[in-house]
Amino acid sequence: MYVAVKGGERAIENAHRLLAHERRGDRDVADISLAQIAEQLSLGVDRVMTEGSLYDRELAALAIKQARGDLIEAIFLVRAFRATLPRFGATEPVNTGEMQIRRRISSTFKDIPGGQILGPTFDYTHRLLDPQLADGFVPEQPAMSEAPQAATPRVTDILGRDGLIEPSPPADSDAPVGDLTREPLSFPADRDLRLQNLARADEGFLLALGYSSQRGYGRNHPFAGEIRFGEVEVEFFAEDVGFAVPLGSIELTECQMVNQFKGSATEAPCFTRGYGLAFGQSERKTMSMALVDRTLRARELGEEVKSPAQDEEFVMSHSDNVQATGFVEHLKLPHYVDFQSELGLLRKLRQEFSDANAAPEMQEAAE
Amino acid sequence: MSSTVRDSKQAQRKAAMTVLAHSDAADIGRRLEAIAVPAHENLRQPENGLVMVRGRIGGDGAPFNLGEATVSRAAVRLASGEVGFGYTLGRDAGKAQLIALCDALVQSADFSAEVEAKVIAPLRADLIAERNRRAAETAATRVDFYTMVRGEG
Repeated sequence: MYVAVKGGERAIENAHRLLAHERRGDRDVADISLAQIAEQLSLGVDRVMTEGSLYDRELAALAIKQARGDLIEAIFLVRAFRATLPRFGATEPVNTGEMQIRRRISSTFKDIPGGQILGPTFDYTHRLLDPQLADGFVPEQPAMSEAPQAATPRVTDILGRDGLIEPSPPADSDAPVGDLTREPLSFPADRDLRLQNLARADEGFLLALGYSSQRGYGRNHPFAGEIRFGEVEVEFFAEDVGFAVPLGSIELTECQMVNQFKGSATEAPCFTRGYGLAFGQSERKTMSMALVDRTLRARELGEEVKSPAQDEEFVMSHSDNVQATGFVEHLKLPHYVDFQSELGLLRKLRQEFSDANAAPEMQEAAE
Repeated sequence: MSSTVRDSKQAQRKAAMTVLAHSDAADIGRRLEAIAVPAHENLRQPENGLVMVRGRIGGDGAPFNLGEATVSRAAVRLASGEVGFGYTLGRDAGKAQLIALCDALVQSADFSAEVEAKVIAPLRADLIAERNRRAAETAATRVDFYTMVRGEG
């Protein structure tokens, strides 16, 4: 229970003024621009867009600046902003198979059609701090080589041709697409809702859950079938125009996990899949998401549900860092009245305890 | 209008919209300066909003909601009656208005060829050049595997 407490207005106003001062930091140091954040802290921007569930690089950069680099606070700001705009509708589903590839790797096949394309990656760096970057380092221009015209099909499509992997669940044009921003979550939740929840979920939470599954808590023998990052075109069917209009492109990362097989007396065994998709270059996020997507399919695949990563209610109820922050941080709000009543109760219990313990002695003294 | 003509006009509009949505508002504006743009009015005031971006389970399966994106839209009517629509990702409502104007011009018998030649074609060439540059950078990071054969005897 919270009660209105008056008298803090001046303190709050001055605290926010002090916050603005601290946010600015040393005024002899140049102010950071949104373009600098968007261009040079781009993976932080990608995370804020993904978990803030809003693709807009400039807004995410503004949120990061306003939040002083606290990404969860920035995600909170972005989520609050999206409530201020009307939604025109939903896009046509994007086609990641036609992505303009910037990076594409598979850990299951060396020789995939289209090749292994490393792109801009931290992989194979030595993770040694680079002092050059401290002061105006100008990198070389990127190397160029002739781009092949060959297509880069999804690895899962290649496996699927031979029936070695389960097909994706087919689209049912009559079934509405679940949207947890419109309807409250209920369980059991279908895979479309689970993926929406995981796409918005805290990367650290999914990383820990995915890791727990690898360590044996809901093990499912994953391989990174394919990770791809690049641009995809977005189209929106606009009623007034009468056809699907192109909106431009967004950057996405997709992860296809290939997992341990299933089979039955009537079905030949085949690999199963876990799927991850996120805005921007979000590789750790999509890998974790794909691991958890697969663990959460335990019920559907007839596996025993005994670990946290397999428990959809546990995962989906605790994955959102804005909700989690709200509940954890609400403990900072005044709980004076609640606390007074607890304090009163505790004093009463202590009095009873001391009365009960004092009583025998008094009896002895009386005898 | 026969359905074939309508389809081909629609394909032309869509191709132009693709180029425009990928271009900067400033570049579109600069290219439009080469045309004596006819009188026009806003049929719908440019506005910002959101679309829910959808992906597919497994990349090719049933759709799911990934997250939203900011969009801008506008509608413009030429004095001669053609109505153009502009939609684009982002919050640049002025860009949506420029796209709507171009879409109206693409539909106009008097301006269609000119807007294609002076606005869409050069912007498309810029985009293709940029896309090719990025593809060449990416291609340089392709792994060329070779197998090392252990020496015999």
